[in-house]
Amino acid sequence: MIGVIDYQAGNAPSVGFALAHLGVEHRLVRDAAALRDADRLVLPGVGAARATVDSLYQADLVDALTERVLRDGVPFLGICIGLQVLFEHSEEGDVDTLGWLPGVVRRFPDSVRVPQIGWNEVTTTRAHPVTDGLASPAHCYFVNSYYCEPADPDVVLGLTEYSAPFCSVAARDNIVATQFHAEKSGPVGLGLLERFARWEHRC
Amino acid sequence: MLTKRLIACFDVVAGRVTKAQQFQDNVDVAPAEALAAQLYADQIDEIVFYDITASAERRKIDLETVQRVARHVFVPFTVGGGIRSVDDMYEVLKAGAEKISVDSMAVRDPSIIRAGAEAFGRQCIVLSTQVKRVGRRHGIRSGYEVFIDGARQATGKDAIEWVREGESLGAGEIVVNSIDHDGTASGYDLEITRAVADAVNVPVIASGGAGTVEHIRAGLVDGAASAAIISSILYSPRMDNVTVAELKRGLAAAGVAVRPYLDG
Repeated sequence: MIGVIDYQAGNAPSVGFALAHLGVEHRLVRDAAALRDADRLVLPGVGAARATVDSLYQADLVDALTERVLRDGVPFLGICIGLQVLFEHSEEGDVDTLGWLPGVVRRFPDSVRVPQIGWNEVTTTRAHPVTDGLASPAHCYFVNSYYCEPADPDVVLGLTEYSAPFCSVAARDNIVATQFHAEKSGPVGLGLLERFARWEHRC
Repeated sequence: MLTKRLIACFDVVAGRVTKAQQFQDNVDVAPAEALAAQLYADQIDEIVFYDITASAERRKIDLETVQRVARHVFVPFTVGGGIRSVDDMYEVLKAGAEKISVDSMAVRDPSIIRAGAEAFGRQCIVLSTQVKRVGRRHGIRSGYEVFIDGARQATGKDAIEWVREGESLGAGEIVVNSIDHDGTASGYDLEITRAVADAVNVPVIASGGAGTVEHIRAGLVDGAASAAIISSILYSPRMDNVTVAELKRGLAAAGVAVRPYLDG
Protein backbone atom coordinates (compact mmCIF):
# COMPACT_ATOMS: atom_id res chain seq x y z
CA MET A 1 0.00 0.00 0.00
CA ILE A 2 1.31 3.43 -0.99
CA GLY A 3 1.13 6.10 1.69
CA VAL A 4 0.65 9.58 0.22
CA ILE A 5 1.83 12.00 2.87
CA ASP A 6 -0.85 14.62 3.49
CA TYR A 7 0.72 17.37 5.56
CA GLN A 8 -2.15 19.81 4.93
CA ALA A 9 -0.14 22.19 2.75
CA GLY A 10 0.48 19.99 -0.25
CA ASN A 11 -1.68 18.57 -3.01
CA ALA A 12 -1.94 15.02 -1.67
CA PRO A 13 -5.53 14.71 -3.03
CA SER A 14 -4.32 15.22 -6.62
CA VAL A 15 -1.76 12.45 -6.22
CA GLY A 16 -4.47 10.29 -4.66
CA PHE A 17 -6.78 10.88 -7.66
CA ALA A 18 -3.98 9.89 -10.06
CA LEU A 19 -3.23 6.67 -8.14
CA ALA A 20 -6.95 5.87 -7.93
CA HIS A 21 -7.20 6.33 -11.71
CA LEU A 22 -4.33 3.83 -12.10
CA GLY A 23 -6.04 1.37 -9.75
CA VAL A 24 -3.10 1.52 -7.32
CA GLU A 25 -3.86 0.85 -3.66
CA HIS A 26 -3.02 3.93 -1.60
CA ARG A 27 -4.01 5.95 1.42
CA LEU A 28 -3.50 9.56 2.46
CA VAL A 29 -1.39 9.46 5.64
CA ARG A 30 -1.50 12.26 8.19
CA ASP A 31 0.20 10.76 11.25
CA ALA A 32 3.30 8.81 12.11
CA ALA A 33 1.48 5.53 12.79
CA ALA A 34 -0.24 5.51 9.39
CA LEU A 35 3.02 6.47 7.75
CA ARG A 36 4.83 3.50 9.35
CA ASP A 37 2.13 1.16 7.97
CA ALA A 38 2.84 2.09 4.36
CA ASP A 39 5.30 -0.03 2.39
CA ARG A 40 5.86 2.69 -0.19
CA LEU A 41 5.72 6.47 0.28
CA VAL A 42 4.97 9.55 -1.80
CA LEU A 43 5.76 13.05 -0.54
CA PRO A 44 3.85 15.49 -2.78
CA GLY A 45 4.02 19.25 -2.59
CA VAL A 46 2.85 22.52 -3.99
CA GLY A 47 3.78 24.85 -1.18
CA ALA A 48 6.76 26.78 0.06
CA ALA A 49 9.81 24.98 1.49
CA ARG A 50 9.58 26.49 4.97
CA ALA A 51 5.83 25.86 5.27
CA THR A 52 6.37 22.28 4.12
CA VAL A 53 9.16 21.54 6.59
CA ASP A 54 7.22 23.23 9.40
CA SER A 55 4.11 21.20 8.58
CA LEU A 56 6.06 17.93 8.55
CA TYR A 57 7.53 18.67 11.97
CA GLN A 58 4.22 19.90 13.39
CA ALA A 59 2.49 16.70 12.31
CA ASP A 60 5.39 14.78 13.90
CA LEU A 61 6.10 12.99 10.61
CA VAL A 62 9.83 13.61 10.15
CA ASP A 63 11.16 10.82 12.40
CA ALA A 64 8.78 8.20 11.01
CA LEU A 65 9.50 9.29 7.45
CA THR A 66 13.27 9.19 7.95
CA GLU A 67 13.02 5.80 9.63
CA ARG A 68 10.95 4.24 6.85
CA VAL A 69 12.98 5.67 3.98
CA LEU A 70 16.56 5.74 5.25
CA ARG A 71 16.52 2.79 7.67
CA ASP A 72 13.89 0.43 6.21
CA GLY A 73 14.56 1.37 2.59
CA VAL A 74 10.94 1.54 1.42
CA PRO A 75 10.57 2.97 -2.11
CA PHE A 76 10.07 6.73 -1.86
CA LEU A 77 8.86 9.25 -4.43
CA GLY A 78 9.19 13.00 -3.79
CA ILE A 79 7.31 15.43 -6.00
CA CYS A 80 8.17 19.14 -6.46
CA ILE A 81 8.65 20.48 -2.92
CA GLY A 82 8.86 16.79 -2.02
CA LEU A 83 12.10 16.75 -4.02
CA GLN A 84 13.45 20.05 -2.75
CA VAL A 85 13.14 19.22 0.95
CA LEU A 86 15.33 16.12 0.48
CA PHE A 87 18.39 18.35 0.11
CA GLU A 88 20.23 20.14 2.91
CA HIS A 89 19.16 23.74 2.58
CA SER A 90 16.73 25.87 0.58
CA GLU A 91 17.16 29.52 -0.33
CA GLU A 92 13.37 29.74 -0.11
CA GLY A 93 12.84 31.05 3.40
CA ASP A 94 16.54 30.27 4.12
CA VAL A 95 15.49 27.01 5.73
CA ASP A 96 17.37 23.82 6.61
CA THR A 97 15.59 20.88 5.01
CA LEU A 98 15.76 17.10 5.55
CA GLY A 99 19.34 16.67 4.30
CA TRP A 100 18.93 13.14 2.91
CA LEU A 101 20.72 14.14 -0.28
CA PRO A 102 23.80 16.40 -0.41
CA GLY A 103 23.15 19.74 -2.06
CA VAL A 104 21.10 22.90 -1.90
CA VAL A 105 18.01 24.46 -3.46
CA ARG A 106 18.40 27.78 -5.28
CA ARG A 107 16.13 30.34 -6.92
CA PHE A 108 16.01 30.75 -10.69
CA PRO A 109 17.66 34.00 -11.84
CA ASP A 110 15.51 36.98 -12.83
CA SER A 111 16.67 36.63 -16.44
CA VAL A 112 13.76 34.19 -16.86
CA ARG A 113 10.15 34.46 -15.68
CA VAL A 114 9.83 33.12 -12.15
CA PRO A 115 8.06 30.89 -11.28
CA GLN A 116 8.69 28.56 -14.17
CA ILE A 117 5.18 27.37 -15.02
CA GLY A 118 4.42 24.96 -17.83
CA TRP A 119 5.48 21.92 -19.79
CA ASN A 120 9.22 21.53 -20.19
CA GLU A 121 11.42 18.76 -21.51
CA VAL A 122 13.00 16.18 -19.22
CA THR A 123 16.01 14.29 -20.55
CA THR A 124 16.99 11.24 -18.55
CA THR A 125 20.71 10.81 -18.02
CA ARG A 126 20.84 7.10 -17.13
CA ALA A 127 18.65 4.01 -16.83
CA HIS A 128 16.34 3.69 -13.82
CA PRO A 129 13.30 1.43 -13.29
CA VAL A 130 11.02 4.40 -12.50
CA THR A 131 11.92 6.48 -15.56
CA ASP A 132 12.58 3.71 -18.08
CA GLY A 133 9.82 3.84 -20.68
CA LEU A 134 9.68 7.62 -20.45
CA ALA A 135 10.42 9.22 -23.82
CA SER A 136 13.62 11.25 -23.62
CA PRO A 137 13.02 14.09 -23.79
CA ALA A 138 9.51 13.89 -22.35
CA HIS A 139 7.30 16.94 -21.75
CA CYS A 140 6.34 17.23 -18.09
CA TYR A 141 4.51 19.91 -16.08
CA PHE A 142 6.60 22.17 -13.86
CA VAL A 143 5.66 24.85 -11.34
CA ASN A 144 8.71 26.05 -9.51
CA SER A 145 10.67 29.13 -8.52
CA TYR A 146 13.49 27.07 -7.01
CA TYR A 147 15.56 24.12 -8.27
CA CYS A 148 17.90 21.65 -6.64
CA GLU A 149 21.64 21.62 -7.09
CA PRO A 150 22.89 18.18 -5.97
CA ALA A 151 26.45 18.14 -4.63
CA ASP A 152 26.82 14.58 -5.90
CA PRO A 153 26.38 14.33 -9.71
CA ASP A 154 25.45 10.66 -9.35
CA VAL A 155 22.15 11.76 -7.80
CA VAL A 156 21.03 13.34 -11.10
CA LEU A 157 18.61 11.18 -13.10
CA GLY A 158 16.98 13.81 -15.32
CA LEU A 159 17.84 17.26 -16.63
CA THR A 160 15.69 20.18 -17.79
CA GLU A 161 16.69 23.55 -19.18
CA TYR A 162 15.42 26.81 -17.70
CA SER A 163 17.97 29.60 -18.00
CA ALA A 164 20.50 26.74 -17.54
CA PRO A 165 20.21 22.97 -17.19
CA PHE A 166 18.98 21.89 -13.75
CA CYS A 167 18.34 18.55 -12.06
CA SER A 168 14.66 17.76 -12.63
CA VAL A 169 14.80 14.14 -11.47
CA ALA A 170 16.99 12.97 -8.60
CA ALA A 171 17.50 9.38 -7.47
CA ARG A 172 19.63 7.43 -5.04
CA ASP A 173 19.02 3.93 -3.69
CA ASN A 174 15.31 3.65 -2.80
CA ILE A 175 14.69 7.38 -3.33
CA VAL A 176 13.45 8.94 -6.54
CA ALA A 177 12.14 12.50 -6.81
CA THR A 178 10.81 14.69 -9.60
CA GLN A 179 10.74 18.47 -9.73
CA PHE A 180 7.82 18.21 -12.16
CA HIS A 181 4.34 17.18 -11.08
CA ALA A 182 4.03 13.56 -12.21
CA GLU A 183 0.37 13.58 -11.14
CA LYS A 184 -0.28 16.52 -13.47
CA SER A 185 1.86 15.51 -16.45
CA GLY A 186 -0.83 13.63 -18.34
CA PRO A 187 -0.19 10.07 -19.55
CA VAL A 188 3.59 10.61 -19.26
CA GLY A 189 3.35 11.35 -15.55
CA LEU A 190 0.78 8.62 -14.90
CA GLY A 191 3.20 6.15 -16.52
CA LEU A 192 5.93 7.24 -14.12
CA LEU A 193 3.61 6.83 -11.11
CA GLU A 194 2.64 3.38 -12.33
CA ARG A 195 6.28 2.32 -12.62
CA PHE A 196 6.98 3.71 -9.16
CA ALA A 197 4.09 1.64 -7.78
CA ARG A 198 5.69 -1.51 -9.22
CA TRP A 199 9.32 -0.64 -8.44
CA GLU A 200 11.11 -3.32 -6.39
CA HIS A 201 14.23 -1.65 -5.12
CA ARG A 202 17.02 -4.05 -4.20
CA CYS A 203 19.45 -2.79 -1.60
CA MET B 1 12.66 24.41 -23.54
CA LEU B 2 9.61 25.63 -21.66
CA THR B 3 6.66 25.45 -24.05
CA LYS B 4 3.69 27.79 -24.36
CA ARG B 5 0.46 26.51 -22.84
CA LEU B 6 -3.09 26.22 -24.12
CA ILE B 7 -5.52 26.58 -21.22
CA ALA B 8 -9.18 25.70 -21.53
CA CYS B 9 -11.35 28.00 -19.47
CA PHE B 10 -14.64 26.86 -17.95
CA ASP B 11 -17.22 29.39 -16.81
CA VAL B 12 -19.25 27.13 -14.59
CA VAL B 13 -22.84 27.68 -13.47
CA ALA B 14 -24.51 24.94 -11.40
CA GLY B 15 -21.98 22.30 -12.48
CA ARG B 16 -22.25 23.11 -16.18
CA VAL B 17 -19.86 24.95 -18.46
CA THR B 18 -21.38 28.01 -20.07
CA LYS B 19 -20.09 30.46 -22.64
CA ALA B 20 -20.53 34.22 -22.46
CA GLN B 21 -19.90 37.11 -24.80
CA GLN B 22 -18.28 40.12 -23.18
CA PHE B 23 -19.24 38.67 -19.79
CA GLN B 24 -22.95 38.44 -20.69
CA ASP B 25 -25.56 36.18 -22.23
CA ASN B 26 -24.18 32.86 -21.01
CA VAL B 27 -25.35 29.87 -23.03
CA ASP B 28 -25.12 26.29 -21.82
CA VAL B 29 -22.35 24.05 -23.24
CA ALA B 30 -21.92 20.81 -21.27
CA PRO B 31 -21.45 19.34 -17.78
CA ALA B 32 -18.05 20.45 -16.45
CA GLU B 33 -16.95 16.92 -15.64
CA ALA B 34 -17.68 15.57 -19.13
CA LEU B 35 -16.07 18.49 -20.94
CA ALA B 36 -12.99 18.24 -18.72
CA ALA B 37 -12.60 14.53 -19.47
CA GLN B 38 -12.98 15.19 -23.18
CA LEU B 39 -10.41 17.99 -23.21
CA TYR B 40 -7.97 15.97 -21.11
CA ALA B 41 -8.23 13.15 -23.66
CA ASP B 42 -7.70 15.76 -26.35
CA GLN B 43 -4.40 16.73 -24.60
CA ILE B 44 -5.24 20.22 -23.38
CA ASP B 45 -2.30 21.58 -21.34
CA GLU B 46 -4.30 22.97 -18.44
CA ILE B 47 -7.84 23.70 -17.28
CA VAL B 48 -9.15 26.75 -15.44
CA PHE B 49 -12.49 26.56 -13.70
CA TYR B 50 -14.37 29.69 -12.61
CA ASP B 51 -17.47 29.35 -10.48
CA ILE B 52 -18.75 32.58 -12.03
CA THR B 53 -21.78 33.16 -9.82
CA ALA B 54 -20.25 32.24 -6.44
CA SER B 55 -18.95 35.74 -5.78
CA ALA B 56 -22.17 37.57 -6.75
CA GLU B 57 -24.33 35.07 -4.86
CA ARG B 58 -22.04 35.44 -1.83
CA ARG B 59 -21.65 31.70 -1.45
CA LYS B 60 -18.72 29.30 -1.28
CA ILE B 61 -17.36 27.73 -4.41
CA ASP B 62 -19.01 24.56 -5.77
CA LEU B 63 -16.46 22.11 -4.31
CA GLU B 64 -18.39 19.05 -5.40
CA THR B 65 -18.03 19.94 -9.08
CA VAL B 66 -14.39 20.93 -8.54
CA GLN B 67 -13.68 17.51 -7.12
CA ARG B 68 -15.57 15.67 -9.86
CA VAL B 69 -13.48 17.48 -12.47
CA ALA B 70 -10.22 16.91 -10.57
CA ARG B 71 -10.77 13.16 -10.52
CA HIS B 72 -10.58 13.05 -14.33
CA VAL B 73 -7.96 15.65 -15.09
CA PHE B 74 -4.28 14.79 -14.81
CA VAL B 75 -3.05 18.13 -16.08
CA PRO B 76 -2.89 21.30 -13.98
CA PHE B 77 -6.19 22.57 -12.72
CA THR B 78 -6.84 26.11 -11.48
CA VAL B 79 -10.00 27.09 -9.65
CA GLY B 80 -11.51 30.48 -8.89
CA GLY B 81 -14.73 32.13 -7.79
CA GLY B 82 -15.97 33.09 -4.36
CA ILE B 83 -12.61 32.68 -2.62
CA ARG B 84 -12.36 35.03 0.36
CA SER B 85 -9.78 33.50 2.68
CA VAL B 86 -6.85 31.14 3.06
CA ASP B 87 -9.31 28.58 4.46
CA ASP B 88 -11.36 28.81 1.25
CA MET B 89 -8.16 28.28 -0.74
CA TYR B 90 -7.25 25.23 1.29
CA GLU B 91 -10.71 23.72 0.68
CA VAL B 92 -10.20 24.12 -3.07
CA LEU B 93 -6.72 22.57 -2.96
CA LYS B 94 -8.11 19.67 -0.95
CA ALA B 95 -10.74 19.17 -3.65
CA GLY B 96 -7.92 18.57 -6.14
CA ALA B 97 -6.93 21.95 -7.62
CA GLU B 98 -3.28 23.02 -7.62
CA LYS B 99 -3.77 26.70 -8.28
CA ILE B 100 -6.18 29.29 -6.94
CA SER B 101 -7.42 32.14 -9.06
CA VAL B 102 -8.37 35.37 -7.33
CA ASP B 103 -9.96 38.33 -9.08
CA SER B 104 -12.60 40.70 -7.68
CA MET B 105 -11.93 39.62 -4.11
CA ALA B 106 -8.25 40.47 -4.46
CA VAL B 107 -9.13 44.00 -5.61
CA ARG B 108 -11.33 44.45 -2.51
CA ASP B 109 -8.74 42.92 -0.21
CA PRO B 110 -5.27 42.68 -1.78
CA SER B 111 -3.84 41.08 1.38
CA ILE B 112 -5.49 37.81 0.33
CA ILE B 113 -2.78 37.48 -2.36
CA ARG B 114 0.02 37.70 0.20
CA ALA B 115 -1.73 35.41 2.66
CA GLY B 116 -2.28 32.78 -0.04
CA ALA B 117 1.29 32.98 -1.29
CA GLU B 118 2.67 32.62 2.23
CA ALA B 119 0.49 29.61 2.97
CA PHE B 120 0.80 27.73 -0.33
CA GLY B 121 3.64 29.33 -2.27
CA ARG B 122 3.59 32.01 -4.93
CA GLN B 123 3.10 29.46 -7.71
CA CYS B 124 -0.31 28.62 -6.24
CA ILE B 125 -1.83 32.09 -6.59
CA VAL B 126 -3.09 33.26 -9.97
CA LEU B 127 -4.22 36.88 -10.17
CA SER B 128 -6.93 37.17 -12.78
CA THR B 129 -7.78 40.64 -14.02
CA GLN B 130 -10.67 42.01 -16.04
CA VAL B 131 -9.36 44.95 -18.03
CA LYS B 132 -11.07 47.42 -20.34
CA ARG B 133 -9.64 50.02 -22.64
CA VAL B 134 -10.90 53.37 -21.34
CA GLY B 135 -8.28 55.74 -22.75
CA ARG B 136 -5.45 57.44 -20.89
CA ARG B 137 -6.59 59.75 -18.15
CA HIS B 138 -5.86 60.80 -14.61
CA GLY B 139 -5.15 57.71 -12.53
CA ILE B 140 -5.32 55.39 -15.57
CA ARG B 141 -1.93 56.00 -17.15
CA SER B 142 -1.92 52.81 -19.23
CA GLY B 143 -5.35 53.59 -20.68
CA TYR B 144 -6.66 50.29 -19.30
CA GLU B 145 -8.82 50.12 -16.18
CA VAL B 146 -9.45 47.16 -13.90
CA PHE B 147 -13.06 46.03 -13.54
CA ILE B 148 -14.56 43.53 -11.11
CA ASP B 149 -17.74 41.54 -10.53
CA GLY B 150 -18.14 40.11 -14.00
CA ALA B 151 -16.95 43.33 -15.68
CA ARG B 152 -19.84 45.28 -14.16
CA GLN B 153 -17.93 47.41 -11.70
CA ALA B 154 -15.16 49.90 -12.53
CA THR B 155 -12.47 50.23 -9.85
CA GLY B 156 -10.50 53.32 -10.87
CA LYS B 157 -7.36 51.17 -10.78
CA ASP B 158 -4.83 51.28 -13.58
CA ALA B 159 -4.30 47.80 -15.03
CA ILE B 160 -0.50 48.02 -15.10
CA GLU B 161 -0.24 49.40 -11.57
CA TRP B 162 -2.57 46.67 -10.31
CA VAL B 163 -0.65 43.76 -11.87
CA ARG B 164 2.63 45.17 -10.51
CA GLU B 165 1.07 45.38 -7.06
CA GLY B 166 -0.30 41.85 -7.44
CA GLU B 167 3.12 40.52 -8.38
CA SER B 168 4.78 42.24 -5.43
CA LEU B 169 2.12 40.83 -3.08
CA GLY B 170 2.91 37.32 -4.26
CA ALA B 171 0.85 36.42 -7.34
CA GLY B 172 2.65 33.73 -9.34
CA GLU B 173 0.78 34.26 -12.61
CA ILE B 174 -1.29 37.06 -14.09
CA VAL B 175 -4.30 36.53 -16.35
CA VAL B 176 -5.10 39.48 -18.61
CA ASN B 177 -8.74 39.13 -19.54
CA SER B 178 -9.90 41.73 -22.03
CA ILE B 179 -13.52 42.69 -21.42
CA ASP B 180 -13.75 44.27 -24.90
CA HIS B 181 -12.52 41.12 -26.64
CA ASP B 182 -14.13 38.43 -24.46
CA GLY B 183 -16.09 35.92 -26.54
CA THR B 184 -15.76 37.98 -29.74
CA ALA B 185 -13.28 35.70 -31.55
CA SER B 186 -11.54 38.84 -32.82
CA GLY B 187 -8.13 38.10 -31.26
CA TYR B 188 -6.58 38.96 -27.88
CA ASP B 189 -5.99 42.56 -26.92
CA LEU B 190 -2.29 42.42 -27.77
CA GLU B 191 -1.49 45.90 -26.52
CA ILE B 192 -2.45 45.32 -22.88
CA THR B 193 -1.22 41.72 -22.91
CA ARG B 194 2.21 42.87 -24.05
CA ALA B 195 2.23 45.80 -21.63
CA VAL B 196 1.51 43.48 -18.69
CA ALA B 197 4.10 40.92 -19.86
CA ASP B 198 6.68 43.73 -19.98
CA ALA B 199 5.62 45.07 -16.56
CA VAL B 200 5.96 41.84 -14.53
CA ASN B 201 8.39 38.92 -14.35
CA VAL B 202 5.84 36.21 -13.56
CA PRO B 203 4.14 34.33 -16.41
CA VAL B 204 1.30 36.20 -18.12
CA ILE B 205 -1.76 34.51 -19.59
CA ALA B 206 -3.67 36.06 -22.49
CA SER B 207 -7.45 35.76 -22.25
CA GLY B 208 -10.48 36.89 -24.20
CA GLY B 209 -10.86 36.83 -27.94
CA ALA B 210 -9.08 33.81 -29.40
CA GLY B 211 -10.92 32.68 -32.53
CA THR B 212 -8.15 31.32 -34.75
CA VAL B 213 -4.70 29.72 -34.53
CA GLU B 214 -3.27 33.03 -35.70
CA HIS B 215 -4.90 34.86 -32.78
CA ILE B 216 -3.29 32.43 -30.35
CA ARG B 217 0.09 32.72 -32.06
CA ALA B 218 -0.15 36.52 -31.87
CA GLY B 219 -1.03 36.42 -28.16
CA LEU B 220 1.89 34.12 -27.36
CA VAL B 221 4.47 35.80 -29.59
CA ASP B 222 3.47 39.45 -30.14
CA GLY B 223 1.66 39.67 -26.79
CA ALA B 224 4.59 37.81 -25.11
CA ALA B 225 2.14 35.69 -23.11
CA SER B 226 3.34 32.39 -21.61
CA ALA B 227 -0.05 30.81 -22.05
CA ALA B 228 -3.30 31.38 -23.89
CA ILE B 229 -6.76 30.88 -22.45
CA ILE B 230 -9.13 29.52 -25.05
CA SER B 231 -12.75 28.57 -24.76
CA SER B 232 -15.07 29.71 -27.58
CA ILE B 233 -12.79 28.21 -30.21
CA LEU B 234 -13.00 24.84 -28.46
CA TYR B 235 -16.65 24.61 -27.56
CA SER B 236 -18.77 27.69 -28.13
CA PRO B 237 -22.07 26.75 -29.77
CA ARG B 238 -21.92 30.16 -31.47
CA MET B 239 -18.97 29.29 -33.74
CA ASP B 240 -17.18 26.47 -35.57
CA ASN B 241 -14.97 24.60 -33.12
CA VAL B 242 -11.49 23.16 -33.55
CA THR B 243 -9.66 20.46 -31.59
CA VAL B 244 -6.63 20.91 -29.34
CA ALA B 245 -4.69 18.72 -31.79
CA GLU B 246 -5.46 21.09 -34.67
CA LEU B 247 -4.40 24.10 -32.58
CA LYS B 248 -1.17 22.40 -31.45
CA ARG B 249 -0.25 21.44 -34.99
CA GLY B 250 -1.07 24.91 -36.29
CA LEU B 251 1.01 26.61 -33.59
CA ALA B 252 3.96 24.26 -34.13
CA ALA B 253 3.79 24.96 -37.88
CA ALA B 254 3.87 28.69 -37.07
CA GLY B 255 7.06 28.19 -35.07
CA VAL B 256 5.58 28.33 -31.55
CA ALA B 257 7.04 25.76 -29.14
CA VAL B 258 4.13 23.80 -27.65
CA ARG B 259 3.82 20.46 -25.89
CA PRO B 260 3.53 18.20 -28.94
CA TYR B 261 0.30 16.38 -29.59
CA LEU B 262 1.00 12.67 -29.07
CA ASP B 263 -0.79 10.34 -31.45
CA GLY B 264 -2.20 7.02 -30.31
